[in-house]
Amino acid sequence: MSRIVLEHIDKFYGDNHVLKDINLTIEDGDFMTLLGPSGCGKTTTLRVISGLEKPQGGKMTMDERTIIDADEAFYEEPSKRGLNLVFQSYALWPHMTVFDNVAFGLKIKKMKKDEIEKTVMRSLDTMRIAEYRDRYPNELSGGQQQRVAIARAIASSPKLLLLDEPLSNLDARLRIDMRAELKRLHKETGTTIIYVTHDQVEALTMSTRIALFKEGEISQIDTPLGIYTNPIDLQAADFIGNPRINFIDAKATFDGEKLTVKSPIGDYDFAKDKMKLDEEIPQDREFDVVLGLRPELVDIFTEDPQHKNTILAEVYASQPAGSESLVTLTVNGIDFLAKQIGLVEYDMNQKVYVVLHPSRMNVYNKETGRLIKFAKVKHHAGIDD
Amino acid sequence: MAVSSVKELKKNRHFSWTRIKNQFLGIVGNPFNVIVFFTLIILFVLIIIPLLIMVQNTFVVAKAELRSIPGAKIGDYTLYYWKYLLASPLTKTIFWEPLLHSLIIGIFVTLISVPLGSIIAWLMVRTDIPGKKILSSMILIPYMIPSWCKALSWLSVFRNELSGSYGLLTGHGIPVPDWLAYGPFAIIIVMCMHYYAFSYIMVSGSLRSINSELEEMGEIQGANKVQILKSITLPLVLPAFLSATIMTISKSIGTYGVAANLGNRIDYYVLATRMKEFINDSPKGVGYAMSILMILLASGTIFANQKLIGTRKSYATIGGKGTRRNLIPLGKAKVPMMVFLIIFLFISMFLPLFVLVMESFQIVPGKGYGLNNLSLYAWIGKIENAPNPAFAQNGLFRNSEFGRATWNTIKLSVLGSLITAIFGQFFGYVTTRGRGKWYGKSTEQMIFIPYLMPGVAFSAIYFAMFSRPRLGGLIPSLYGTFALILLCSVVKHFPFASRSGSSNMMQISVELEEAADLAGASFWKRIGKIVIPLAKGGFVSGFLLSFISIAKELDLIALLMTPSNYTLSFLSFDYSKEAMPQVADAICIVIILFILIGNKIAGKLGGEVSKSMG
Repeated sequence: MSRIVLEHIDKFYGDNHVLKDINLTIEDGDFMTLLGPSGCGKTTTLRVISGLEKPQGGKMTMDERTIIDADEAFYEEPSKRGLNLVFQSYALWPHMTVFDNVAFGLKIKKMKKDEIEKTVMRSLDTMRIAEYRDRYPNELSGGQQQRVAIARAIASSPKLLLLDEPLSNLDARLRIDMRAELKRLHKETGTTIIYVTHDQVEALTMSTRIALFKEGEISQIDTPLGIYTNPIDLQAADFIGNPRINFIDAKATFDGEKLTVKSPIGDYDFAKDKMKLDEEIPQDREFDVVLGLRPELVDIFTEDPQHKNTILAEVYASQPAGSESLVTLTVNGIDFLAKQIGLVEYDMNQKVYVVLHPSRMNVYNKETGRLIKFAKVKHHAGIDD
Repeated sequence: MAVSSVKELKKNRHFSWTRIKNQFLGIVGNPFNVIVFFTLIILFVLIIIPLLIMVQNTFVVAKAELRSIPGAKIGDYTLYYWKYLLASPLTKTIFWEPLLHSLIIGIFVTLISVPLGSIIAWLMVRTDIPGKKILSSMILIPYMIPSWCKALSWLSVFRNELSGSYGLLTGHGIPVPDWLAYGPFAIIIVMCMHYYAFSYIMVSGSLRSINSELEEMGEIQGANKVQILKSITLPLVLPAFLSATIMTISKSIGTYGVAANLGNRIDYYVLATRMKEFINDSPKGVGYAMSILMILLASGTIFANQKLIGTRKSYATIGGKGTRRNLIPLGKAKVPMMVFLIIFLFISMFLPLFVLVMESFQIVPGKGYGLNNLSLYAWIGKIENAPNPAFAQNGLFRNSEFGRATWNTIKLSVLGSLITAIFGQFFGYVTTRGRGKWYGKSTEQMIFIPYLMPGVAFSAIYFAMFSRPRLGGLIPSLYGTFALILLCSVVKHFPFASRSGSSNMMQISVELEEAADLAGASFWKRIGKIVIPLAKGGFVSGFLLSFISIAKELDLIALLMTPSNYTLSFLSFDYSKEAMPQVADAICIVIILFILIGNKIAGKLGGEVSKSMG
């Protein structure tokens, strides 16, 4: 019903190249999140899709219908693209009541009065703010304003809903509520959603797919799990995940069949079929790599678990925080973080047994910063290889 | 297909008619572009072309000079006017002397009024001077009294026999020498009572924006009050201080009304007054040449200002969030400082107002305030009952000239400010939405030009442009018409109006419009349903501010005046020349009341005098 294809989108502000050859396909019903730090081009991409910005190069289609063709200087008007946008600032018209804000677009479309009434109330009901219909925006709290902004965007039943950092102005608790709300909205309406955020938790919790932006380019497009398990480069790995991933410098050699890694936390062999062979991997000589190790994949035991990947470590500090505990460990002079579920406490300098799961480690070529060995996708941590 | 610039992208493209058609439709079909187009055209026609025509007029023989230039035909190229001005036996009298006078006045006014305004600003913002609330409501009132009104009140105190009627002092037998009554001394003092306001407004704004924590940090480091003032506070307000200095110089060099009232009687001419003589008489080309020099002088100082502090200006607003300020205790200096402020207000506000009001009731000016010398004649008298043969007319409220001038003033200020404010909003819209784009910048720059010009010089441009038919008669000669005065007032106030317009538009986030765009609202619908309803408040206060400013204007319209178009301010100026000070004073009072009331209303609606600075 609504498949959006962006091809070779280039956008310049003066000499500033803000979108570099963006290629992105959003399938019907997707909850696609554009994720990245500020200034990486994700909001510009959203504005290009909405029609508020005109890219100088590239094409865009919605269900095979051409929306943008920069070569022909063709840009469909925003209102004819069948989409709507929720702004970061909400952009509620301060001189109109909640009802009028939501009704505005319907009035423009010359909808009948009783139908407007019905449609507006339906979307206010969906967002559970029907009782505020006669209030002005400045008489509402931030969370209520947010709901009005979404109600306004969905009132016209758009095929595509664009959301630009909609939760960034809310406090932490409301944010969690609204995340649930948005997820429900996506399921109930089946609308395709494109969602811009710099918050990886939002991206991971709500999306069906994530496009990771870096300096005007898309560095990776994958499912949340895929992005989390195998970030494409060191920057992405560093950006995704909280607490952040452990990076451990190591040496490696690749003989064409297997990758042998020598690291302070142990030596490991990885088979060729686990590797990303289209990346630059020097053969038959030692080169620098970085191991990526998620803190929750480090298991700590006080007694020897008799596992082949056990190493001995020392506790540097432990931070129990109720539902989870962070433990800083030292092995061979390097520090790394482990995350344990529940309240666990260790003494300072206590000797512990640590089980690592090499199949679930990422290996990056230090020189290019790119992923060269995939981690195995697994839903639950546990003792295996 | 990685490209690194728009140019490269364009190079890779093949020729396509569809593209050209789409590009054309994209530009023409967008009403915003149409507005931008008309804005640029309007500004070009109303500002750039008149300026060029005036320059041209200084190089082309006009009819009046046919006899002075042997063998010349009308329209011939000539350097006659420039030579007349800069290299003739008259040069000393008509150029060097007025220039010297203007510079002397400019420098002295600056030397006095900048420190004066800055000290008042410091006292009002940073010290614990008592009665701040009352003082701060009064401190800008002197500025609201038009400067030429203050010149009139100076005259009513110091006038001597040279003027035909006595002033307060001469009337009491105290002889007043000419140098005190008229000329540079009087002009400088009167201007200082006006232009202190620039420094006050700018320096107090800058002081308010400085976080007191910066000073407290100095205190913690062990600096004493003088050291803090010298090495922390002053450097931070320096940009504002310099701006005020440059603005005061440039404005005081260009002022006409004060210099004409206090200088012409003893043949003390400055550039502005000399220029007007030339434009009213002949050769006009010389007057135009002088106004070009005045514009260069004024814009030169303003550009110098931007060069000097342009890059450093930014830190004037550092710590804008620091709202809590610890006031500096004045201690023993409290009383002398209070006395200083009271004396200032007395001289600049109470005295002029008092003298003007009292003189308007006097039968013979200068004969004291005894009951036998007071009457309401100047206000409501009939000519057959005139107690003083100097009264050649009915009292003000029975005077048809006053009625006409009032009507003209109201017409001019209502229409003028309405048009100015509407254009100002549009210009503001174009400059804010076009921020960083070429058309936004060129709109901003063109709008700024009238600001660089002294009022008299600006009207000289319009005089040159419209004193004869243009475009082969399509635009008739507008000289002597109300339309010309209106046009000139409107364009001169463009800079202020568009500044208020753009600060207004800045508050209306672009996203509000984008949201309507997405909802399918056309450009005009967006303007009508979103922008105008939200811009209403700012529009009203912008309107009132230009209303006040146009109502009190004298410099700008003096050159264009013909008797049927007299406004109140020009009528008052005229009466004061005709030795009828009572009536002139009465008109002044009417105007001042008008301004104070207008300002009160503007204040209620969110406007500020400090925004109409000029």
